[in-house]
Amino acid sequence: AYKRFSELLPKQERENACSARVPKSHILTLPELRANPFQHRICHVFSTSEAGDNSMSFEDFLDMLSVFSDSATFDIKSHYAFRIFDFDDDGTLDRKDLEQLVNCLTGQGEESRLSRAEMEQLIQNILEESDIDKDGTINLSEFQHVVSRSPDFASSFKIVL
Amino acid sequence: LRDSQQADIKYLSKWSKWKKANSKSLKKVLSEAKGLSSYLVLWRRDIHSIEGRFGTGIQSYFSFLRFLALLSFIIFILMFSFITLPTIISDYGIFNSTVANISPKNTDYNCSIYEPSGNKGLVYFYTYLQDLLSGTGFLEVTRLFYGYYTVDAVWISVMRYNLPLAYLLATFAYLALSFLWIIKRSVEGFKQNLVHDADPFQSYCNKVFAGWDFCITDPNAAQLKHRSLQYELQMDLEEERLKQKIADRTIKEELRIYSLRIFINIIVIAILSGCFYSIYRVTVFSQEKSNVSIRNDIRTDSANLLVQYLPSIVITLANFIGPQIFSFLIKFEDYLPAFEIILTLMRCVFLRLANIGVLLFSLWSQISNCAADKCEPCGYNYKLYPCWESDVGQEMYKLMIFDFIIILGMTLFVDFPRKLLVTHCSCKPVQWYGLAEFRISDNVLEIIYGQTICWIGTFFSPLLPAIATVKYFIIFYIKKISLIHARKPADRPIRASSSNFFFLAVLLIGLILAFIPVGVSIASIPSSKACGPFRNFNTSWEVVPDTIRGFPKGLQQVLFGMASEAFAVPFFMVICLIMFYFMALAGAHKRVVERLEEQLALESRDKMFLIRKITEAKRH
Repeated sequence: AYKRFSELLPKQERENACSARVPKSHILTLPELRANPFQHRICHVFSTSEAGDNSMSFEDFLDMLSVFSDSATFDIKSHYAFRIFDFDDDGTLDRKDLEQLVNCLTGQGEESRLSRAEMEQLIQNILEESDIDKDGTINLSEFQHVVSRSPDFASSFKIVL
Repeated sequence: LRDSQQADIKYLSKWSKWKKANSKSLKKVLSEAKGLSSYLVLWRRDIHSIEGRFGTGIQSYFSFLRFLALLSFIIFILMFSFITLPTIISDYGIFNSTVANISPKNTDYNCSIYEPSGNKGLVYFYTYLQDLLSGTGFLEVTRLFYGYYTVDAVWISVMRYNLPLAYLLATFAYLALSFLWIIKRSVEGFKQNLVHDADPFQSYCNKVFAGWDFCITDPNAAQLKHRSLQYELQMDLEEERLKQKIADRTIKEELRIYSLRIFINIIVIAILSGCFYSIYRVTVFSQEKSNVSIRNDIRTDSANLLVQYLPSIVITLANFIGPQIFSFLIKFEDYLPAFEIILTLMRCVFLRLANIGVLLFSLWSQISNCAADKCEPCGYNYKLYPCWESDVGQEMYKLMIFDFIIILGMTLFVDFPRKLLVTHCSCKPVQWYGLAEFRISDNVLEIIYGQTICWIGTFFSPLLPAIATVKYFIIFYIKKISLIHARKPADRPIRASSSNFFFLAVLLIGLILAFIPVGVSIASIPSSKACGPFRNFNTSWEVVPDTIRGFPKGLQQVLFGMASEAFAVPFFMVICLIMFYFMALAGAHKRVVERLEEQLALESRDKMFLIRKITEAKRH
């Protein structure tokens, strides 16, 4: 993993890769993240930079890999998945977050989006299934509950280098 | 996370610190060992790259193939070490071993005439090829078939190795091993399916929150995944709308649809019986023709090979045409899309497995063809089938070889030319026809069919699993190459979790189907008196009571007691009680889950109430 991280840095900074920070544009060239529609969210969630430029240090990189590995527990994975899906960072998944999530899933481009009516029907169904307290948003425990019963979550939420 | 862990460490005592450091280093060692051992996993890199390019649905097919290859290999090792190895040891006299052949007693001399014509003298070269493809001639007298193992015991130094008993026990062992291994693998999928079925409305959340496969690295594959997710979501929404429409159907429409469905089911049953009848006739015809020519030693033209392969050809044709007809007919039955897929698959599975059953049934009707007193002294038709187990083994061998040839042929002669045509010829109809889809369900049914043949055939031909293992190896690489170059993934993707469980469930059905012929051969049909290790017994099963009679008296009584009714009925009742207990437990767990869900709702309502109270208090 250290090797992959140091490859992302420009040549002169390779010796002290342990303390350097890689800008976001370089991170996105990783093959595992390149095709991922959530790449921006992943960088944002795992980056600990104070400047807000979403750059990642080696520790952030390791954090990201450990969360996505096979040995991460379900709690950790669902916690970070919640944070990744929360597009406006307000601690809950509301209708706008869900709409953005579905659009990310179906792909960029106009013809790959669901129609207005279909989107409404879909979001209605999702909230019916997962919103237990009927407040119109999904909080962390509701999210963890609904994802724990999802059989595909463990196998799809992982990245292997 | 790490911050919280480090904060914890400051407050722990020295002893817990040491324990924590220990567990950390142990975990590191274990993960290193796991990393090393994952290098030993067969085809790890190939399957990983397939997963990255095509997603987990297609990857599950290749993992399934790898599982079957390993299973066949283990079965082969089992049969080889317990059956073939002692005969090899005794043949070459290693360890001072000899063979004991007890002469057959109480049987008519006519039953034990068996002269397999291994090729002696000068023959045309193509007869070797013919023999290789049909298992007769020089192959019949090798260790490949049951007929070779005509020994009763092998003396290794001073130990007596009871070969008939070993043969029977090895058969039971490989069936039990396959059964347990499949159950173990399917328990995971079953648990998830059970939870999934308990709440049928979870599917939307599953698709949206766990839908994106983070393993995908290839932009093309990502595009594919986007499209398939969009398609799946649209399909689900449409299905919901259809369900609503069905609930609003009038009585007249329902009557019309039900009568149409009954009519189409009758057509399906008619097609199936047509297939079965043709297989029966063709097998009888093929057996008669080949018997006449082999017994009279006439081997002149290759029409002989065609006749021998006729059952396999008919079965393969039926397996190919049947599914096309089924998927055409089901459009008229107006089911929900998901149910359509399941029903078509069930019909195809039934067709494939029942074809093998009909083939075996027709073989047995030939072997026990006791009209005109043909099988008086020996219990079976000894004139035509002096060594009937080898004949059944040969049929299984032919089926397996032909299946392999067809898979190779379809890939080489249909997929690649089609790809060449599509890439070089840009006329409208060709482009519209496009590349073939990699349909997972069809491919999986193919290899399950091959594995069922392997299971049935291993009793009659102990080295068949080795051929199966080699076949799976080659098929893996062929399918991989064909997938990458000549096919496109299907538009209708199957979910990885449910598909794993489905493959294993069908494999289990195949295994249970394989129990039946093997069981009938062992217990009910008299074993050949002219060849094989069971010459001195009426049926193959009799080895076991015979051996038990040689045990001390007390043990005998215990074992015979276990097999009697006085033991079996209470045992059955206890098993039923245990099953009811587990079902009650599952129901109770479900109720607990519901109660906890309600509690969760109440908690958040409490939280909202408290927050409102706080804001009110702040305002004052």
